[in-house]
Formats: sequence, C-alpha cells, structure tokens
Amino acid sequence: MSATGIGAAVRRKEDFRFITGKGQYTDDISRPGEARAYFLRSPHAHAKIKGVNIKAASAMPGVVAVLTGADLAADKIGNLICGWMIHSKDGSPMKMAAHPALAATKVCYVGDPVAVVIAETLAQAKDAAEKISVDYEVLPAVVDPAKARSGPQIHDVAPKNIIYEWQLGDAKATDAAIGAAKHVTTIDLTNNRLVPNAMEPRVALAEYDAGNDSLTLWNTSQNPHVARLVLSAFVGITPEHKLRVIAPDVGGGFGSKIFIYPEEVVCLWAARRTGRPVKWTSERSEAFLADAHGRDHVTRAQMAFDAAGKITALKVHTIANLGGYMSTFSSSIPTYLYATLLSGQYAIPNIYCEVDAVYTNTVPVDAYRGAGRPEATFVVERLVEVGARELGIDPAELRRRNFIRSFPHQTPVIMNYDAGDYEASLSRAMELADVKGFPARKAAAAKKGKLRGLGYSTYIEACGIAPSQAVGSLGAGVGLWESAEVRVNPTGTVEILTGSHAHGQGHETTFAQLVSDRLGIPIENISVIHGDTDKVQFGMGTYGSRSGAVGMSAIVKALDKIEAKAKKVAAHMLEAAEGDIEFRDGKFTVAGTDKSANWGDVTLNAYIAHKFSGQDLEPGLKESAFYDPKNFTFPAGCHICEVEVDAETGATEIVNWTAVDDFGVIINPMIVEGQVHGGITQGVGQALLEHAVYDADGQLVSGSLMDYSMPRAESVPSFKIGVTVTKCPSNPIGMKGCGEAGAIAAPAAVINAITDAIGTEKISMPATPAAVWAALRHSPLRQAAE
Amino acid sequence: MPAVSMTVNGKLVTADVDSRTLLVQFLRENLRLTGTHVGCDTSQCGACVVHVDGKARKSCTTFAWQVDGANITTIEGLAKGSELHPMQAAFREHHALQCGYCTPGMIMAAIDMVNRKGHDLDEQTIRHELDGNLCRCTGYHNIVKAIAAGARAMKGGMRQAAE
Repeated sequence: MSATGIGAAVRRKEDFRFITGKGQYTDDISRPGEARAYFLRSPHAHAKIKGVNIKAASAMPGVVAVLTGADLAADKIGNLICGWMIHSKDGSPMKMAAHPALAATKVCYVGDPVAVVIAETLAQAKDAAEKISVDYEVLPAVVDPAKARSGPQIHDVAPKNIIYEWQLGDAKATDAAIGAAKHVTTIDLTNNRLVPNAMEPRVALAEYDAGNDSLTLWNTSQNPHVARLVLSAFVGITPEHKLRVIAPDVGGGFGSKIFIYPEEVVCLWAARRTGRPVKWTSERSEAFLADAHGRDHVTRAQMAFDAAGKITALKVHTIANLGGYMSTFSSSIPTYLYATLLSGQYAIPNIYCEVDAVYTNTVPVDAYRGAGRPEATFVVERLVEVGARELGIDPAELRRRNFIRSFPHQTPVIMNYDAGDYEASLSRAMELADVKGFPARKAAAAKKGKLRGLGYSTYIEACGIAPSQAVGSLGAGVGLWESAEVRVNPTGTVEILTGSHAHGQGHETTFAQLVSDRLGIPIENISVIHGDTDKVQFGMGTYGSRSGAVGMSAIVKALDKIEAKAKKVAAHMLEAAEGDIEFRDGKFTVAGTDKSANWGDVTLNAYIAHKFSGQDLEPGLKESAFYDPKNFTFPAGCHICEVEVDAETGATEIVNWTAVDDFGVIINPMIVEGQVHGGITQGVGQALLEHAVYDADGQLVSGSLMDYSMPRAESVPSFKIGVTVTKCPSNPIGMKGCGEAGAIAAPAAVINAITDAIGTEKISMPATPAAVWAALRHSPLRQAAE
Repeated sequence: MPAVSMTVNGKLVTADVDSRTLLVQFLRENLRLTGTHVGCDTSQCGACVVHVDGKARKSCTTFAWQVDGANITTIEGLAKGSELHPMQAAFREHHALQCGYCTPGMIMAAIDMVNRKGHDLDEQTIRHELDGNLCRCTGYHNIVKAIAAGARAMKGGMRQAAE
C-alpha cells in the first residue's frame, strides 16, 4: 500500500478551503443585478385558495415582481413529479396528485408555497409578502398516517388518501408458517418522523441569459444532472441543452437535497420572467416546513420461531406517510428500499410485507439517510431482540442460530446477498464491547442507582444503488448507473470528471487515491471535477451509498481504457509490440527488457503524436465510461450500544458504543470512520431526541432548532470502531459503501439497550426522559423495586 | 442608515447599513467574507461564530451597529498566509470536518474555548462547551479529538504547532 493509495488514511485534499473559510457554497455566490426571492407559504394545513390579492404588495418599495400559482399555470410551467412507479396489489398505478410549484387552487400542508416576491433586497421582499392577502377556505386536516384513511380527502385522485396498497412476498406461506410456529413475537412500533437538517439550508440561484435564451441554476443538490433532467423534461422550464445546473460546495444532504423542489422551479421561471438573477436562501425554520422529511411509519410486525429458535416467518404491515404531495423518489422508499431488507442477516424462509402509502396534510416525506433501510432494520432487530427475551435465549445466540452462512443467498424479498460474514462482525463487536464484562458493569451501575442495559443491532443494507435493469423492472423512471471521464493532460496530470457529487464525503480525496493507486502518480496531480452539468456530461449523483461502489467503478472502467490506450502509445515509443508493454507504478516497460518510458513521457507523446501515425492511432488521452452495477452491495455489521438510565428522571446516557462494520475494501479508513460516526449520531438522534411533531390541525410544533432536538456533542460518547472485511464480488474494487450504515444500525441498538435496562418493551422513539420515565412506571423492574 | 466602522481581520472598514443589518450579513454581503455561515435563525447552530474583541460571538444575533468600533476576527483572518492556525491544522489532521459548513464556527468557538478554559481540555469539558455548535456530519467524535489536540498545539504558539 502506498502512502496515498487504496487503504491509506490520506488527509483530505478539500479541507484547506473549508478550514480557511474559502469554501464556495451556493449562498456564497452572487450574480450582478441579483434580486432576492421570498416565498409566502400557507399557514393552513389544508385549505382552498379562493383568491390572492397582490396589488398592495406589488406597490411596495423595491419589489420587482409578485408571482402566484395562477401566473405559473398561465405560463404553462409543469408540475413536480415522483419518478418511481409503484403498483398496488390490485394492479392499479399509484395515485400521483398534481404538485404545482406554487399552489393555485388549494394548499396541502403548512408551508406549501402560494406566492413569491422578488425584490431588490430580502428585507423588501419580506415586507412586501406581508401585504399579500390570500383568501383561504380552511378545510379539516389529517396528519396521522394511521388516521389518513378516515380523514378528509386531500386529492381527488386518491380516495381515502391512499396512494398505493403494495405487497411483497408470499402471504399464504407466511401465514401458514406463523400458524405452525412454536412462538410468535408481535410488536407495534412507530418509526418517528425526522427533519434531515443538513447544516447548510437549501439555496437556489437562477440566472437567465437572454442572448442565448439559456438558464443557469446554482443549487444545493446531491444530483444536479437529475435536477436538470426533471426540470426540463417534466417541469418544462427550458430544453435540457439550454439549462445548466451547478451544485458547488454543498453543506450536507443526507437525502434531503436529492429532490427537485418548488423553489428551484420558481427561481428559474422568475429569472426568465424578470430578466434578473433570482436568489432564494432558505431560513432554518423555513427548512423545517419545506424540506422533505424522513421516516414516519406505523408498523405491526410478527416474527415466528420454531422450537430450536429458528425464525420461520416474518409478517409486516406498514402505513407510510408520504405527506401532502409525492416527492421525487418518495414512492420507492417504503417499498423497494424497505421491504427488500426485511430478511436482515437471517435465513428467513417466509416473508410477507404490506405497505399502505398515504397522503396527509404534512410536508412531503422522502429519502433521509438510510431511506427505508433504517425502518426495516428497526423492525427486524426489535423483533429478534424481543423474541430472544420472550424465548429466554441470549440475544446474540438467537442471532447466531439464524445467521445466513452461505453466499450467494437469495432472500424471499428480491435481494440476492453476494457476500458477508455476520458471525465475524458479531464476534468482533462483542469482543471490542467487552460483553463478558457487562454483568459486572451492570452491577456497579445499580450501586449508583442506575439501570444499565446492552442492545445489539446486526443490520444489513442494500447499497451501491443500483442495477438499472433491476430497478427499471421495479418501477424506477431512471437508470442508476454512474459515469466517469478521465482526462489525462500532456504533462501527465489528470482530471477526473464524475457524475457523483460530494457534499461531505471527501470524493476529491478518495477518488484521487483510486487514480493514484492505479496510475502511480501523486494525488496532488489529480483533480476531481463534479457538480456542473456543463463539465460532466451526465451522472446520477450521490445517495444510497453509491459513489464508491458505482461512481468509483465507473472511474476504474475509464482507467482500464486509459491504460490500454497509453500502452499503445508506449509501444510506438519503445518500438515494441503492444502486448509486450507492462504498466506498473507509473512506468511502462517492455517485458523482459530494460526498455521503459515514464508516465509523463507517454502522456506527452500521446498529444504531440510524433511517434505514431495519427491515422492508425488517435492522438490524445481521454476516455469515458458508464458503469452499471450487476447487483446491489450488502454492507452489514454489528453495533452494540450500552446505556445507563436514571430511574428517577428517565434520562438515558449512552456510555459505550461499539461498531464493527463490513464495508468490503476500504479506500480511506479515516473517511470511512467519519461516515460511521456521523451515521451513528443521526441514528442516536432518531432514537433519543428527534421528532417532527404536527398537531391535529397540521401545525408543525417542532418547527425550529429551539423545538426540534438535534444531537449535540454531549448526546453521544466517543465511538469504538472496528471492521471486518469480505470483499464485494459485484464490482471491480470490492467495496460496499459506508455512508448510511450508522444511521441504519443505531436506532435499534439504542432501543434494545434501553428496553434491556428498564425491563419493558413498551417504549417508542424518541426515547426522551419523559417517555422512559413513563415506561418505567409500568416496568416489572420498577414494580419489583417498590 | 447608521454608519458603522470596525476592524475586520486587521483592516478598518466603514459602511452605511440598514439598522436591521446583522453582523453576519455585513460580513457576508458587504465585505464578501463568506466563510462565516448561517445555519439557523434561532442562535442554536453556531455556524456564524466570529470573535468580537477576542471573544466568541454569534454574528447572526448581533446587529452590525452593535459592534461599531470593535475588532472582529473571522475564519478568513486566522491563518497567517499559508501558515494555518493550530486549531485549523488540528481540524484537518483529525478529520474533524466533512461538508465543512459548520467548520468555521466550530474552529472559532474552539479557539475561544481554549482562551477561556486553557490548553489541557478533557473530553467532557470539550463536549459541554460545544453546546452552542451543531454538526450534522461528524458525530462530534473527531471534532472533540481535534479541539483537544489544537488546544495543546496552541500552547506552543502558531509556529511550533504548524511544524
């Protein structure tokens, strides 16, 4: 391993600009003549719009334009769409309601944009917005997904607010296995609704070039090419070749910046209408109302066991809240990214899952870190833990009895696991966590009056999203390959253009490490270019832990072509047969001789083209590739959480955290550990702190960072991190992906630890001190003590 | 419109500003010092922390006119040319940043923490003192490590720490 190659903890190339304040985030960009946009949003969760009066607002100082949903409709700007078709059990397609970027006839959630003011300054835009009068006829609202069916109908196309009633697996066989089981564990749980809260709020800056009739959008996007495609092909803003989308430095995404949002549509449209660059910068409280939320499931699940403690069946029914409209990929999250992972790490012969997706009067729900897989892991890992306790079997032992041990393994829910060693990660985690010493630690805690508990989460996820043909057969509207272009300059320095997008993942470093390792050149001589549709031809962006397994595999494919071409050039230079040229550590040699040429000599010769006929071999050294994965990847591992609960206050302290993950081949262990730390903390946030709460009228009551509890430095301990490695056989690098693992594993580990500590399973997330304290009132542990 | 005058990163600046102008807006929009970020609207996240007369202050909750005559240091004013401040160097060395958005505020708050609490900071103190700064990427693990290391390095002065 070289100091900068695959496996080295290289310090990040991108850090210098971030630690010196020279990052270039969207809001840091200003265009000459820029005007500011402010959105007037619905204060009602559900209402008809009887009229909008903009006369007084239009006359306010500094106002450039006041635009409404009626103007948008008059200009024939299309609706936002959901790009993944799901069919119900009865074969009918999902009920996708019209989603205009500005509501014209009715509003469906608090925060639904109704009008926009474009003004010289933000203060003037806000002042003018106060003068807009909207005549609402307020309607009753429904916010609870479990009550959506009987609530007021939100969209004409969706009776009983049902978007789809979907199923996966064999109902009959699953019911039969449950009927024949020795023991059945049943749980009811909610997967709490979360607000992604990337630290950089969303921003859109649009500029119209009248001379070329073209538009440029700078935005906080995880996938600028997909944004351009949707904005041109579906919303109809302008043809694709007339729209440039640039996502510069982006301050975190976690899924929330995948989607195409109303504000981007409106800024582009307003920039062309007014002839002024238009910038919108979300405020944090606005982000709470307007960014897609995550999770929000209500689930009943049953796991059946035989006399030996083997799992014989799993049956799950979930109601998934998709909010007031269907966001870009919302339909796929509680279906193909959820039910397909319900087998966990276990050999389960029968699985059946039903998912009812519903509209409610809340902001749309879509992918948030893990997206479906944390929800699946929570179901499976709670069931296994509760089942172990009910059966009187040690929870680690019950897991061991059910682990999948041979690969490839076909689950009953589509996925074909290609590689893994679940025993290895469990054993290593138990060792690192000193599980053997736990009883002594529990006894010591009891002496201090604390209840100590230990919880496992042996999770699996499907990453490297995704084989295009496979997802196409499941309803995806796009392919999920990735592109790469490798441009070698005459001096031998290299530019990598990738369709992946970094917003914290460190691609400028890890992608350069991959190339450095392959070409034998220093990482300083490699630039990684991304996030600009004028520079990178097309790409699918970054989410679903796909940039390593899919994005880097595309680079490998392009590098294969570069090496092949460079060998041809070297063969001419060294007057040898192409087949005799060997390339290693940046040097081309003729096999069995001392004749050689350095990388820089070959790259220069590729461009000066003096040593070969340009008719036989094209000058230049630039290659591109599209890589479509042949399977998902399956990162898996074991997280062990140890907590101490204060029985008097209900406060939970996480005292130890051990994570042992199998991500396959790792490019940069420092960056991978950072991803795990962040993921765990978001999972701890879900388990202990975070909850997006709407009241019965549809008002978001946890609508700011004052009300919505984010994990702070004191919420988490330092983490013990380990790895086990099984190489992924499905891509050329052998990597699986690491971005979501922590968020997927953590919630179940925390709740399993708390329920172990307090002796009752009746606790839901977030396990706030009040919730734990209330649960303890009903705990046999407590009753025994009193 | 009040006229304000202050020293920012060693340079005297004067401007007429709307009385509603926040210090962070003044820095970002008037002076184009965009390293100081806005992550929230309730003084919770700390992405906007700068130093006012040597003390950490949330520039999103301060009107520009309130710091008339003050000496302001932002993230852009920390490094001496290419020589990083020891806390900046520690953040890079310990991978204490991912997306980088909270980082300027974290570094400014960390230096203030050292100024108040000294160079030998234990984990508990660092975590407690970071209450006013949110990070969504790192899970704080490496930020805590970086601040402890940066605090120790600051003891030796900038030159020694950078070496």
